[in-house]
Amino acid sequence: MTDWIYQPWPWWVAGPIIGMVYLFLLYFGKSFGISAVLRTACTMAGAGKKCEFFNFDWRTQRWNLLFIFGGVLGAFVAHRYLNGVAGGIAVNARTAVALAKLHIVSYQDHFYPTELMSWKALSAVQGWVVLALGGFLVGFGARYAGGCTSGHAISGLSNLQSRSLFAVIGFFVGGLLMVHVLLPLFLA
Amino acid sequence: MLLKGLKYIGLGFVLGIIFTKSEIISWFRIYEMFQFDSFHMYGIIGSAIAVGALGTYLIKKNDVHDQNGQAITIADKSGSPKRYIYGGLIFGFGWALSGSCPGPMFFILGTGASFMLITIVFAILGTLTYGLLRDKLPH
Repeated sequence: MTDWIYQPWPWWVAGPIIGMVYLFLLYFGKSFGISAVLRTACTMAGAGKKCEFFNFDWRTQRWNLLFIFGGVLGAFVAHRYLNGVAGGIAVNARTAVALAKLHIVSYQDHFYPTELMSWKALSAVQGWVVLALGGFLVGFGARYAGGCTSGHAISGLSNLQSRSLFAVIGFFVGGLLMVHVLLPLFLA
Repeated sequence: MLLKGLKYIGLGFVLGIIFTKSEIISWFRIYEMFQFDSFHMYGIIGSAIAVGALGTYLIKKNDVHDQNGQAITIADKSGSPKRYIYGGLIFGFGWALSGSCPGPMFFILGTGASFMLITIVFAILGTLTYGLLRDKLPH
């Protein structure tokens, strides 16, 4: 009866709840934009003294820091007590073939490719490209585009913003180029 | 003060559980999405937007106010499409490369993957770099 809780949850459970979380934040008088915490982190580290863009009162973003903190706790509980990723990620057979070409097989028992994402992977250039460059591009791109997947894809598109549609199309074109062109070149 | 903060921790907690249990935090699910080999991620994003859009419509139609009695206003995204396209492309590169957007990079850390600190630190550095170069970039 409670078996479902230990299985991976389907999209029709996850998506609507994410939509509800967004609506709850609106009711609390806030807006759903997770990449804003990266900007807040710069401000807290003192970047506001040098750069106008980071010169704001970070306490107005305190709620967002608590929100992310709650997310970290939730992920910990889901992983530790709700079976985490014990069965691996059941990727489509076609995806498995594409991954094998990149010498990646760790989807059978991990959330992420340990070949590219681990402390050990940082002894090779691949690890730095995936973890460091990947993070840098996310942080730079999210601020340049004025938001990330939560700010543009969820809240922007929910509010029928054409600018958010441009951003989301950019997200997807960039992702497609990375997966189909750059990643095979880089990992071949 | 703590009680006021607790509801945000609670909402984040729900999001962290959902993102982990539905495998949104998995690099492989992002990769699979860009291979068009599974409906999973499209279903999640699509149904989240559907619920969000319906709720936003009802809020506007019924002039719903937030808990403080303020009208709920969602700031319009403005300006030329340029920054959204350029910034979006760069974000997309990073999204597919690291297999995570800003939320999941913290949630993966929550599952015990301490190496994600590298990604988070570099994401903050990326944001800092944008802030410093902002006046020189096309917007």
